[in-house]
Amino acid sequence: MAFALQVLMNALSLGSLYALAALGIGLLFGVLKLINFAHGDFITVGAYALIVPSAATQATLLIGDFHPLILIPCIVVVVVILALIAEFLVFRPLRNASPATLMIGSFALGFVIQNILIMVYGGRPKAVGIWSDLSLGVELMPGVEVPKLQLIIIGVTLVLMVVLVLFLTKTKYGVHMRAAAEDFRMARMLGIEANRVIMLAVAISGMLAAAVSMLFVVQTGILDFRMGVSLMLFAFIATVIGGMGSLVGAVVGGFAVGAVSILLQTFLPSEMRVFRDVFVFAIVIFILLVRPQGLVMSRASRERV
Amino acid sequence: MEPKSPLGHMVRDVWPLIILSIGLLLVVAVIQSLGDRIVSQSLTEGLIRLVVVIGLYIFIGNSGLISFGHIGFMMIGAYATAWQTMDPMTKDIFIPGLPAYLLANSHHWLIATIIGGLIAAIAAFISGLAMMRLSGIAASIGTFALFMSFYSLYLQWSTWTAGQSSLVGIPVTTTPWVAFWFCIVAMIGAFVYSRSKFGLALRASREDEVAAKAAGVNVTGERVISFTISAFFVGMAGGLYGHFLGLLTVDTFYLPMTFITLSMLVVGGMQSLSGAVVGTIVLSFVIELLRKAEKGFSLGETSISLPASSAEVGLGVILLLILIFRPAGFTRNAEIYWPFKPKVAVTEVTHRQS
Repeated sequence: MAFALQVLMNALSLGSLYALAALGIGLLFGVLKLINFAHGDFITVGAYALIVPSAATQATLLIGDFHPLILIPCIVVVVVILALIAEFLVFRPLRNASPATLMIGSFALGFVIQNILIMVYGGRPKAVGIWSDLSLGVELMPGVEVPKLQLIIIGVTLVLMVVLVLFLTKTKYGVHMRAAAEDFRMARMLGIEANRVIMLAVAISGMLAAAVSMLFVVQTGILDFRMGVSLMLFAFIATVIGGMGSLVGAVVGGFAVGAVSILLQTFLPSEMRVFRDVFVFAIVIFILLVRPQGLVMSRASRERV
Repeated sequence: MEPKSPLGHMVRDVWPLIILSIGLLLVVAVIQSLGDRIVSQSLTEGLIRLVVVIGLYIFIGNSGLISFGHIGFMMIGAYATAWQTMDPMTKDIFIPGLPAYLLANSHHWLIATIIGGLIAAIAAFISGLAMMRLSGIAASIGTFALFMSFYSLYLQWSTWTAGQSSLVGIPVTTTPWVAFWFCIVAMIGAFVYSRSKFGLALRASREDEVAAKAAGVNVTGERVISFTISAFFVGMAGGLYGHFLGLLTVDTFYLPMTFITLSMLVVGGMQSLSGAVVGTIVLSFVIELLRKAEKGFSLGETSISLPASSAEVGLGVILLLILIFRPAGFTRNAEIYWPFKPKVAVTEVTHRQS
């Protein structure tokens, strides 16, 4: 029982990270039909923003030294500004291009961001310990101890998802955004301003990326210019198996990928454990073969004729 | 110019292939005549990349699906080739997990390279059966995930791949001219495929998937065929690359390689063989120049050098500019028929707005 609860907490916290990243990707896909390959690099930039820009091997905290109440908004602002710059310089000029072109564009953008990070910070991973006391355990029930951070990750994810749902269903702009995701041209004809909706979606996607970078960097304590890429890969898989264009699907997919990873991590024999990601992928292929349209079917994912 | 005789028409039909081969031959001959060893190494590397880009074109150009996974097939081909050509003694030390037959024997590099390509093709065929059921963007993400899983598999599979350290002791057999002939073979393969009924059917599905299906094209099947053929060439390029470097690391076949080859194809024009060749030649020169600039050059009294990895940033910026200002690439997705008139008028296909 205690063991099962421990595994469950692991699965939920990893799934939360994947779900948050998948939401950021899914949101842009809904509105822009953009598969944002740079999303992982937005996450990376959010984490690197914590330290002083220099190629030194020892990281010196910059924003990371601030009080949490100032630190978090700072990171969010940095990532949102980056996302908006990306929108102005890359996504907007490519607005009328095919989804494939957009995808390559975002791939190029991600590559440029990664290499600028290498230029400024150097290519070696750096240790950065912020809020390390969060990894201390808390006793959930007798015999079950989980890191405080896991509870925070799950809590933050739940709060963000509730806020996002409220925003999308209860506010004017949220409704606009959902309309645009459903049928962009129709939404524009009905008087929804395209640029505003898209900028809003980009900004929210950036906020979600910032949240992921904070949670992730506190958890791992390491900065690496490729850190966002692996997260993004799993988030991509999550959006595909969840069903492209469905936000619910992205969340479901995120938790599913997290659960499968943790289950494999726990129950694979130790010499097979290094191949965990390969198994995750095999399961993903299986899901795709059974349900090519994803677990949750959305109207936007169907190609219109 | 309009051809007069039946022979002239035949020549015009294969003209893009002829002019590209001549052009490539000139480039190789001129660079080789410089006699600089380092320059000729860059040339070999560029030619191997060209084989990869032509392989990419076979799939991406004809299917219209972007694949981020082909460098995985390059890696598979590279290791499969090295397993066959390395000296049995070295294999015993670095990769003792190989089957007994491979541990005891070695093949000639040419046979090994072809077998390496075939193994990559088999891997592509099997994974393609699953991947190609997906539509457009999901298929691209699928290939990306496929790539990452191959990458992490090879990174951990140390008894076969030497894992995170490098596999050394691969005989160096790839000269510029060897790479050149592989380019020619790949070009012929790509040209013949795209003119075949398979290529035609696949391009029909690229232009309009629904209409192609209605006309009886088995879209998934055609995509699998193209995926397999392209992986064959990319796998052979991997074999060449291992025998160019003399050593292999799994990290060689990661995102930078994916990015560089994909940008070469896009910059030249994704949907034509000429685009693949032109894009590779142009970007190879640009990369070499930027790398030189990273090392530093002197302007009068002062010497200037660009910071490290500015070649990559430059490449990314060029790709973005091309995507924004000339999305069909340098060749506008057309084959080079000059000095003939192209048989069909080239029309730019605009994306159908949904």
